[in-house]
Amino acid sequence: MTAIPFKTAPSLRSNRRWALIAAYACLGIFVVFFLFPPYYMLVTSLKTNAEIAELASNPWIVTDGVTLGHYEHLLTESSFPRFFLNTTIVTVIVVAITMVISVLAAYSLARLRFWGSGVLATGVFLTYLVPDTLLFIPLFKIVGWLGLLDTYWSLVLVYPTLTVPFCTWIMIGYFGSIPRELDEAALIDGANHMQMLLKVFIPVALPGLIAATIFAFTVAWANFLYPLAYIYSESEMVLTVGTVTTLIKGDVFHWGGLMAGALLAAAPPVILYAFLMDYYIAGLTSGATKG
Amino acid sequence: MRVLPPLLRRKPAVAVLMCVPLFALILGLVAYPFFHALFLATLNKAETAFVGLDNFTFLFGRQTFWMVVRQSLLFALVAVVFKALIGLAAAHAINTIPTKGQRKWRGMMLIPWVIPPALSTLGWWWLFEPTYSAINWGLTKFAMPAVPWLSDTFWARFSIILVNVWVGAPFFLIMYLAALKSIPGELYEAAEMDGAGPWQKFFFITLPMIRNIIAITTLFSIIVTLANFDIVRVLTQGGPLNTTHLFATYAFRVGIESGDIPLGASVSLFMFPMLAILAFIILRNVRRRAASLA
Repeated sequence: MTAIPFKTAPSLRSNRRWALIAAYACLGIFVVFFLFPPYYMLVTSLKTNAEIAELASNPWIVTDGVTLGHYEHLLTESSFPRFFLNTTIVTVIVVAITMVISVLAAYSLARLRFWGSGVLATGVFLTYLVPDTLLFIPLFKIVGWLGLLDTYWSLVLVYPTLTVPFCTWIMIGYFGSIPRELDEAALIDGANHMQMLLKVFIPVALPGLIAATIFAFTVAWANFLYPLAYIYSESEMVLTVGTVTTLIKGDVFHWGGLMAGALLAAAPPVILYAFLMDYYIAGLTSGATKG
Repeated sequence: MRVLPPLLRRKPAVAVLMCVPLFALILGLVAYPFFHALFLATLNKAETAFVGLDNFTFLFGRQTFWMVVRQSLLFALVAVVFKALIGLAAAHAINTIPTKGQRKWRGMMLIPWVIPPALSTLGWWWLFEPTYSAINWGLTKFAMPAVPWLSDTFWARFSIILVNVWVGAPFFLIMYLAALKSIPGELYEAAEMDGAGPWQKFFFITLPMIRNIIAITTLFSIIVTLANFDIVRVLTQGGPLNTTHLFATYAFRVGIESGDIPLGASVSLFMFPMLAILAFIILRNVRRRAASLA
């Protein structure tokens, strides 16, 4: 008898409550799926070699005491600091080149129409869709002709092909959304194009500029194919390739050091992301929606 | 009457000048390499003689090559479907909970997308390690058999798809979440007044409203997935017995490691027709979307 009132009241409210419970359950499962690999990498990097080699204990937790030995070894007795330095040099230069090229071009394409500017804008978008794996072999020849093979300057040369199209594309979108009254006002005040770009467009479109910078940084930091194909000497290697190829050799239980290396190498983009998540997301979503 | 500054009259020259670096980059490092790849593909291994289409007929005659074609397509389609489904489910779940907590959940779920794939795949490689596999440790704890993750063809293919889904699903999540947020809340309220349940709201409001974003995101992802290199390279290097090679890893093996640059260039070029078709459809979609927003 008491069950009747419950049966007859399947209200919107209880519908919503079930949707909420289902949503949290779903999110819990997804978060475990997305975070268990980095968690396991962290756990492994903190274990002693003896514990990593041991098969009986639970691999998912540190049972035998936490050690920072792998990190210490990595930073003092391996080429890892060299890789880090090389990656930083390449990334900083590539980001700078990318931003100069794409901001200039985006300003021009968004505001100053000229013969062929529409075609060039479409070309930029299509270039953005060209993956690194399509042209790495002819670029290998070009890098060779220029005498850049086996130096990280080859990466400074080729990375902009991956970063500039996307950055230009999203900057066209951001610049295009600035009201024209603003540049007319600046023009009447006697501003030239450089002043207009530096004093009006860049400050107003700063969120877009940050998003583009983060994108260029992430791409340059993470690329794996080009350095693997063009660089062979340990002293010229960058983090991705250095970690994957040089830290694997040596004794059997290299896993602690390998995981420590992978985590340290991934830290800069992850930290940047933690602080600038909203710009990061805005950049990604505007790439496909602005135009 | 406004007096226009002289600069405006010189507009085209300045505008073209500002695009010169971009133009040089596209011409010199994208367009030229593309045509050079076409040229390379017609040479012999030593690059001393013109052999016409011999590289392509050689590839057509090789079983390994057809396996690469099949595996690339299978990999791209299965991985993209799962990325899309997981991304949609996760985005929908985030959009359901109160706004206050959304940032935190979204932030955690995007981490796989931020770690350079070559490095996170190292972690997966260790998870799949035959003797020490921590996943197998968990499976045997629950009385399930250990899985030969990377040594068996089926499981190796499964593993690279799994890792690719793990890396790529957050991208779909971001795109879908942005799209879901753009749907006006009144639509749902009106539907609730009319007595629509959660599934009806999803199929008759949510899906039609974000259809275009689903299409664009999926096409983008097919391109990126089809052209994938890092995951297979780190996880299986194409093995066991070349059964997990994709176009990119096979081109690398043939062109860079075995030193047959013309043959490697030919393998890479095989991606081009597929990419061109996808790019064409994306461009049309993006333009249509831009037109509908304007």
